Amino acid sequence: MARLANPTQFLKLSAALLPWCAAAAALGLGLGLYLALFVAPPDYQQGEAVRIMYVHVPSAWMASLVYAVMAAGSAVGLIWRHPLAHIAAEAAAPLGAGFTLICLVSGSLWGEPMWGTWWVWDARLTSVLVLFFLYLGFIALEHAFDDKSRGTRAAAILALVGVVNLPIIKFSVDWWNTLHQPASVFRLGGPTIAASMLWPLMVMAAGFLFFFAALLLIRMRSALMEARLRALAFGNPG
Amino acid sequence: MNGQAFLAMGGYARFVWPAYGVAAAVLLILAVWSLASYRRVKRDLAAREEKSPRKRKGPRGR
Repeated sequence: MARLANPTQFLKLSAALLPWCAAAAALGLGLGLYLALFVAPPDYQQGEAVRIMYVHVPSAWMASLVYAVMAAGSAVGLIWRHPLAHIAAEAAAPLGAGFTLICLVSGSLWGEPMWGTWWVWDARLTSVLVLFFLYLGFIALEHAFDDKSRGTRAAAILALVGVVNLPIIKFSVDWWNTLHQPASVFRLGGPTIAASMLWPLMVMAAGFLFFFAALLLIRMRSALMEARLRALAFGNPG
Repeated sequence: MNGQAFLAMGGYARFVWPAYGVAAAVLLILAVWSLASYRRVKRDLAAREEKSPRKRKGPRGR
């Protein structure tokens, strides 16, 4: 990890990793789409509407995972002043906001036919909406100061405070009464979902994960080059 | 399953397809935006470094 602290090392390593992540993302999303639409069976209760799950659940997982990445980057940046940590957090934020948006919209589109409502203010839905606003707040704070480093610090502190929301999202379906169903994959005692649905879901989730990894690397590379460009513009070739 | 029945999604077409559409649109926007800014900064940096080559600027004349 210490060697990755060096931005030059990171640029080299990320250049090597990028094509693999991009290929894995294309393969996962392509195959996942095929499995989700053509191979996975309709649900005995929900019929074809269950296919919404294959975009809703992976995006929901990513929404929380990306937030954890963002918060970890912010923590490492604040505590050890690692040069890449804040860059990783800031590169992750718009991606996490995007996944959360997919989760909210697809969930709403699933809720209407299955629960009879687009939205309820219950714990799960509300805490994911809060997650979306945490992402937007992070992005807004990051750009809210003339001094870039102050914006970075303020956003990082918000990211850390917002971490309390992650366990609330995860356990909201167990702690409170909700329309939302409880976990059926990542639970003690193993998944309760049928294998014919679990596999397409996992392939799609892998596609989402590698999509995130590829874009995170690209965005971090952009940010590093942008910093170098700024240094050059101020006559300080670093 | 024929094409018509597939598109109808068992009567849930107006929920299933928008869900996939929004997911595709958001992922596509993120990818295009990230790649475009990557290309732009790469080009700007290359142009900048051509104007003031780093190698000749070092105090030790590397």
